[in-house]
Amino acid sequence: MVNLEVNIGSLKLKNPVLTASGTFGYGTEFADLVDLNRLGGFVVKGTTLNHREGNDYPRMAETPMGMLNAVGLQNKGVDYFIEHIYPEIKNIDSKIIVNVSGASVSDYVAVAEKLAPLENIEAIEVNISCPNVKQGGMAFGTTCAGAAEVTRAIRNAYPKTMIVKLSPNVTDITEIARAVEAEGADSVSLINTLLGMAVDVERQKPVLSTVTGGLSGPAVKPVAVRMVWQVSRAVKIPVIGLGGIASGADAMEFILAGASAIQVGTANFFNPRITMEIIDYMEDYCHRHNVKNIYELTGALKL
Amino acid sequence: MKKQLTDFIIKTSEMLTPSCGMLTLMPVDGSPLPEIKPGQFVEVAVNSVMLRRPISICDVDYEANELRLLIRNAGKGTSEMLGLPEGSKLNILLPLGNGFTFSDDVVQPGSRMLLVGGGVGTAPLLYLGRILRRKGAEVTFLTGAKTSAELLLVDEMERIAPVAVTTDDGSEGEKGFVVDSTVWQKDYDRVYCCGPAPMMKAVAALARRKEVECEVSLENMMACGLGACLCCVEKTVKGNVCVCSEGPVFNINELTW
Ligand SMILES: Cc1cc2nc3c(=O)[nH]c(=O)nc-3n(C[C@H](O)[C@H](O)[C@H](O)COP(=O)(O)OP(=O)(O)OC[C@H]3O[C@@H](n4cnc5c(N)ncnc54)[C@H](O)[C@@H]3O)c2cc1C
Ligand SMILES: Cc1cc2nc3c(=O)[nH]c(=O)nc-3n(C[C@H](O)[C@H](O)[C@H](O)COP(=O)(O)O)c2cc1C
Ligand code: FES
Repeated sequence: MVNLEVNIGSLKLKNPVLTASGTFGYGTEFADLVDLNRLGGFVVKGTTLNHREGNDYPRMAETPMGMLNAVGLQNKGVDYFIEHIYPEIKNIDSKIIVNVSGASVSDYVAVAEKLAPLENIEAIEVNISCPNVKQGGMAFGTTCAGAAEVTRAIRNAYPKTMIVKLSPNVTDITEIARAVEAEGADSVSLINTLLGMAVDVERQKPVLSTVTGGLSGPAVKPVAVRMVWQVSRAVKIPVIGLGGIASGADAMEFILAGASAIQVGTANFFNPRITMEIIDYMEDYCHRHNVKNIYELTGALKL
Repeated sequence: MKKQLTDFIIKTSEMLTPSCGMLTLMPVDGSPLPEIKPGQFVEVAVNSVMLRRPISICDVDYEANELRLLIRNAGKGTSEMLGLPEGSKLNILLPLGNGFTFSDDVVQPGSRMLLVGGGVGTAPLLYLGRILRRKGAEVTFLTGAKTSAELLLVDEMERIAPVAVTTDDGSEGEKGFVVDSTVWQKDYDRVYCCGPAPMMKAVAALARRKEVECEVSLENMMACGLGACLCCVEKTVKGNVCVCSEGPVFNINELTW
């Protein structure tokens, strides 16, 4: 028997496979196609203090082996989540992680405080890296001082597992990772989307209503693997790796490079059953490599 | 109605015009088709592009266990689908979206229904027309194209109900756009419309003037097709809603057009 269990702080996952925020809805959208109870966990949509309408259409542009999005954190707000969505998903036998966003430090703290009492939510993922909102979002994630400030404030308000999601749109991601580790983050997840842009040459206009947007999908994977490798060597807290994972082998790249768990994002769109395939692959991979516990493979890269 | 991922085999592939073709598909393993409502769509995986491509279900034949897709070559993905030899496999996510209204409270024997299609947008109206006729409604099809060579499915629609045609150049039927057709001189209980956005907006404006109920099927760009990514939103009176899960069919009163 292979043991796929991994720990992220005090959060125990039955396997390292999570779904990425904004790409898996609230899980229920995939319930016909995926056994949600088999997932290590899922990170629900970016949740803010108040309702947000998000950006104007068009919000999406396909690019070679990737896509740009500018959804802009459309969601109905944390109170709606607690009243209407949490009761629907709380009994799924998989860890539910809420992705938290805000325009100000006090917003982030208010959302975290409201989520803290929910019994079946043992962790939050703090998004300090969204490129699609005008205020806040990425602004916090691109300076050490900003990242540290948000992390410190939420740490004081949120006693359970706190994962901080890092932006790749920085000169040195390891500095930001160290800054949030120093302020008490239990884990870091990376990468969020890379800032990108596409132009419609016939109309001579940007494709996205917001001009720029976030790039995701297989195209970003090598950048993400590199950053996971760098960050895992720079911090002691567990790293959650994501960016372009579209197969079991892709997932193992991140684990070997230093990730304790992984998230699958854009690949859910073109292969809704990808998470199940990755879990099967990991089991088989451990068998083939005579490994009892998948956590032994974290950072096992031979240099 | 559960969503499923199914491998289909292309039984036949036939070009109907230089840019549009019809694929007839059957589940590879012979499993029965799920229940499909008119106006619902599928997401087809192709090799040439990353994301699946949304395509309306043009027709369903439960006896033969077949469904048909009418596809216009619009770029890489659709051109790949049209170029596949018969016998090839396609992985398809279905059935998706809400579909047109055809419940008993709306469709009664004798209900006067006008089904307006532009170009490849005629696709979902074929199956809809069949179902409305079966419920005893009085169906009129109206279809438009730039020129007679680009008209689609006219023969098939004629087997179900009368068909009015407009062409921009007058090469067949009445000259002009669908909104210029004389069929609008009659009264209808409901208008169902699918086609390019400017055409649907013109039809919606006309339906408003005539105070007739009107449903349109939108084709916003999609990534997941499942209501998860929020990429496909349309502004409605209720705010931004996903076209893939709450549409693609909307009553024009819900839209901000
Ligand atoms: C619900 C729904 C039902 C549809 N039904 C049909 C159908 O029955 N038959 C059919 O032929 N087509 C249908 N379409 C449109 C079809 O999905 C697009 O033409 C297709 O995705 C284009 O992909 P491509 O790779 O061939 O073109 P690309 O190479 O991706 O793009 C070519 C051009 O098409 C545009 N385009 C890309 N995606 C879409 C889109 N979703 N809608 C409109 N334009 C797009 C691009 O902006 C670009 O200018 C439907 C779309 C939706 C959302
Ligand atoms: C449509 C879409 C919406 C997203 N929304 C969020 C979000 O609300 N919060 C967040 O932290 N990340 C969001 N992301 C980023 C993803 O969670 C992930 O970090 C990124 O897409 C890279 O992973 P991938 O290549 O596997 O998709 C979104 C990505 C996409 C494509
Ligand atoms: S395409 Fe993803 S929500 Fe509609």
